[in-house]
Amino acid sequence: MTKADIVESVYGKVGISQKESAEIVEMVLDIVKKTLEEGETVKISGFGNFSVRKKRARRGRNPQTGEEIEITARRVLTFKPSQVLKRALNS
Amino acid sequence: MTKSELIKLVSEKLTNITKKDMKVIVDIIFDSMIDALKSGERIEIRGFGSFKIKDRDARCGRNPKTGDLVSIPNTKTLYFKAGKELKERVDY
Repeated sequence: MTKADIVESVYGKVGISQKESAEIVEMVLDIVKKTLEEGETVKISGFGNFSVRKKRARRGRNPQTGEEIEITARRVLTFKPSQVLKRALNS
Repeated sequence: MTKSELIKLVSEKLTNITKKDMKVIVDIIFDSMIDALKSGERIEIRGFGSFKIKDRDARCGRNPKTGDLVSIPNTKTLYFKAGKELKERVDY
């Protein structure tokens, strides 16, 4: 499934055009992205939570060469599916 | 941010659609994604990320309290991988 398929499922549902559908899907994704960029968690009930986690710097190793390297502190995006979704996937 | 806050924000930007209709639309967006995942389909949204279902084999576990062997059935788990663009935007 791609963005185009999502636009297609929304299109015509409450009398909206294909163009409007594309516009809304784009806007929803944009708002979610901007919120995450600010470090705020996005909670979608029935789907899951997207949150940004801060990771401290740590020492790592290049698995190919064995060379020790510093992994810098960073922020990573994680997704935790909701219990409802987990159950739905396994029913 | 919750789903209702998200709906509110989108309706404020697209005033030609009522908030009630916008709720229906946003629900369809996530429901269509759930339906795709249920049928085992992978979702890829450019600039955002991808969702993938992985099968985990049945295995034997132990009740940590009693030490009893318990069988854990095979399960489907959902994985999300942030897209390159979003990954970079989040990490500053």
